[in-house]
Amino acid sequence: MYRYDEYDRTFVAERVAQFRDQVRRRLAGELTEDEFRALRLMNGLYLQLHAYMLRVAIPYGTLSSRQLRMLAHIARRYDRGFGHFTTRQNIQYNWIKLDEAPDLLADLAAVEMHGLQTSGNCIRNVTADHWAGVAPDEIEDPRIWCEIIRQWSTLHPEFSFLPRKFKVAVTGAPNDRAAVKVHDIGIRMHRNEAGEVGFEIIVGGGLGRTPMIGKTIRPFLPKRHLLSYLEAILRVYNEFGRRDNLFKSRIKILVHEIGAAEMTRRVEEEWALIRGGALDLPIETIAAIAAQFTPPPYASQPEGVAEIDALRFGEPGFARWLKTNVAAHREPGYAIVTLSLKPEGGPPGDASAAQMDAVADLADRHSFGEIRVTHEQNLILPDVPRVALPALWRALTALNLATPNAGKVTDLICCPGLDYCSLANARSIPVSQRLTLRFNDLARVHDIGDLKIKMSGCINACGHHHVGHIGLLGVDKGGEEFYQITLGGSAESDASLGAILGPAVSSAAVVDAVETIVDTYLAERRTGERFLDTYRRVGAEPFKERLYAAA
Amino acid sequence: MPLLKNGAVIDDKWRRLADEDPLPGTDAVIVTLARWRADRALAGRLGPLGLALKNSEPVQALAEELHYFELVVLEFPKFTDGRAYSQARLLRERHGFRGELRATGQVLLDQLLFMQRCGFDAFEIAKGQPVEAWRKATASFSVFYQPTGDGREAVDSLRRVLGGRA
Amino acid sequence: MSKAQPALQILTANRLADGAVVYLTAVGTWATEIGQSVVAREEKAASALLARGQNDAATAVVVGPYLIAALEGAEGPRAASLREQIRAAGPSQPVADAVATAVGLAYP
Repeated sequence: MYRYDEYDRTFVAERVAQFRDQVRRRLAGELTEDEFRALRLMNGLYLQLHAYMLRVAIPYGTLSSRQLRMLAHIARRYDRGFGHFTTRQNIQYNWIKLDEAPDLLADLAAVEMHGLQTSGNCIRNVTADHWAGVAPDEIEDPRIWCEIIRQWSTLHPEFSFLPRKFKVAVTGAPNDRAAVKVHDIGIRMHRNEAGEVGFEIIVGGGLGRTPMIGKTIRPFLPKRHLLSYLEAILRVYNEFGRRDNLFKSRIKILVHEIGAAEMTRRVEEEWALIRGGALDLPIETIAAIAAQFTPPPYASQPEGVAEIDALRFGEPGFARWLKTNVAAHREPGYAIVTLSLKPEGGPPGDASAAQMDAVADLADRHSFGEIRVTHEQNLILPDVPRVALPALWRALTALNLATPNAGKVTDLICCPGLDYCSLANARSIPVSQRLTLRFNDLARVHDIGDLKIKMSGCINACGHHHVGHIGLLGVDKGGEEFYQITLGGSAESDASLGAILGPAVSSAAVVDAVETIVDTYLAERRTGERFLDTYRRVGAEPFKERLYAAA
Repeated sequence: MPLLKNGAVIDDKWRRLADEDPLPGTDAVIVTLARWRADRALAGRLGPLGLALKNSEPVQALAEELHYFELVVLEFPKFTDGRAYSQARLLRERHGFRGELRATGQVLLDQLLFMQRCGFDAFEIAKGQPVEAWRKATASFSVFYQPTGDGREAVDSLRRVLGGRA
Repeated sequence: MSKAQPALQILTANRLADGAVVYLTAVGTWATEIGQSVVAREEKAASALLARGQNDAATAVVVGPYLIAALEGAEGPRAASLREQIRAAGPSQPVADAVATAVGLAYP
């Protein structure tokens, strides 16, 4: 993974010093809240429902064990002993004190981390495929490009006061695990006819109030032009993005209002004037960054592992975990392991400091010291030798991180909701907890198969409900918490937005409703059909009938 | 309004000319784009001329006419409205404007470095200690990740010149 | 958020330095316990509370003061809306319990 050099270390130290001074001035009353707000947001510090919330950037979801231990330390020293992993591969702490924030950021800087640009109307954390570097279907590691974009976008003087926040995602594989089609800019790496690797540039996707799928404005962009092209897009957005209405200020609205063709024209017109200039990426630059993302020293591994076979037959729990939470690795004899942060009855996406420390140790022992954070709020050990799987499974089970539900009904994506967020209309975490308790029969979970439920506590859609196979949106109906249900969303290459099924259901009824929907799928499915496949084949009617008929 | 330029607060020799006012003799006046477009007499006038551009008025339309102006004034109606950062860069880097580029509106001291990097060299500061703020702003960072027209070498360039990572 | 507009209002904010949720008391201090907040029973009194809050915001004591609807309780005022109840008490019980369990997890 990327290691800071002296420039990076100096920069992040200077940033901490700057923020320390800004906090001092704020506490002394020399800065008003209006003036200070944008400054603290650009360091990731929100004023939230309970206190200041800090969002720490985890660039493209990649962490070293040393960094994860620091995140554990932050949770213990500055917060209440746990952290929440988000749908943008970041981590959040909910009870931070402003007067301790500079020290906290200094601690993060010591391990090459920060809260830079995790909030504010600027370019945010660039997210990637959480299987980057290890997926068998990968064309090239997208994190190389995420890092190049990260540096270019850091404290960019022209683009720090955009009309609104700006989110970029990169996928290096044809199977899009980074949801590039629902980002402000999505970048999909692929080969052209000549076999060269380049980028498809997709603009104007997004969720929230007005969900939209992004439009391709450039089918193939050679690598050296990446930054100049992005600069052209950002400049067009900075100039033309709406600033009159907070809810219409994302680039997706601009693309929608002027059309993809006109957007393309404006971007290409600007780009023509800057391509080949100072932002042209020299081969040496690309090579230097790429050199930071070379594979670890894999050792040759035995063909079969007798212990795995024995355990698989002896322990159904291990067999299930193997099936759902262990994925094929591009290197023979290795595996990609998902650590589920969605235990039965637990708050989804949370990890305690103790768990973080333990995972750091396991990463050192079994995964070359590296951990990933997925945008589905789980952790990953990306490089585990298969021989280590039994021992790893036992260790994870003891830590409550081995729930065999990756990609299944209880692997919910869930925003913090009204328990933590001042924007929310409804609580999402208790609903998620109740769902994991209702579907706690693992045999049943496995029978139901691949099913992505995504829940947001408000229309801002931080839980990505629009792209859930089942989406749940918390709404306020006369002071009561209700949940609107959508079906048929997908964030992958076949991206689609969910359709509202019918009237919102009450908090008391929502878990039953989800179970009814699942039962409908089970009744209608053909062999081999996942939930999404069945829905796309039979449509909403069967689900509507069953759910609303009885009412 | 104190005018910060070259690290000091200086007297402002310029004044804004309202669109309906007659042209004064040879005073240094700032006119709006509307006035410039409407009043052809301005082009031939003796005396320094400045242009106040709204942040919704495109810079490229003026490319051929910038040589008439010693000063261009750009605006940040609210500090969160960052359009003038792009306008500034285009004026300096694309159209080669060499005169004074002034930031007005809600110019906050914590934005001075961003503005300077985009090409601003003069700032109308409503509150605070401009000289101290300037010193602090320009000293706060020594590492910059992107090339602009400000003459500083970006990190990537330094890495290549010095032959690799520091 | 309640449908009816109760006449009772209290003033809340966050303490600037540590972000704690606080409520304005009768003696003009800020308490973390909602039960200690002073209640405004009509608009004029509510506006006066808000003015005091804004003054404390301007002098860097608190940030973002605003009025909320309140109900009389046995142990003093309590928040009328679910959101403000959560803000006063912390994350709702099922969440708090689950987190406590997770945080207390023993490290082998």
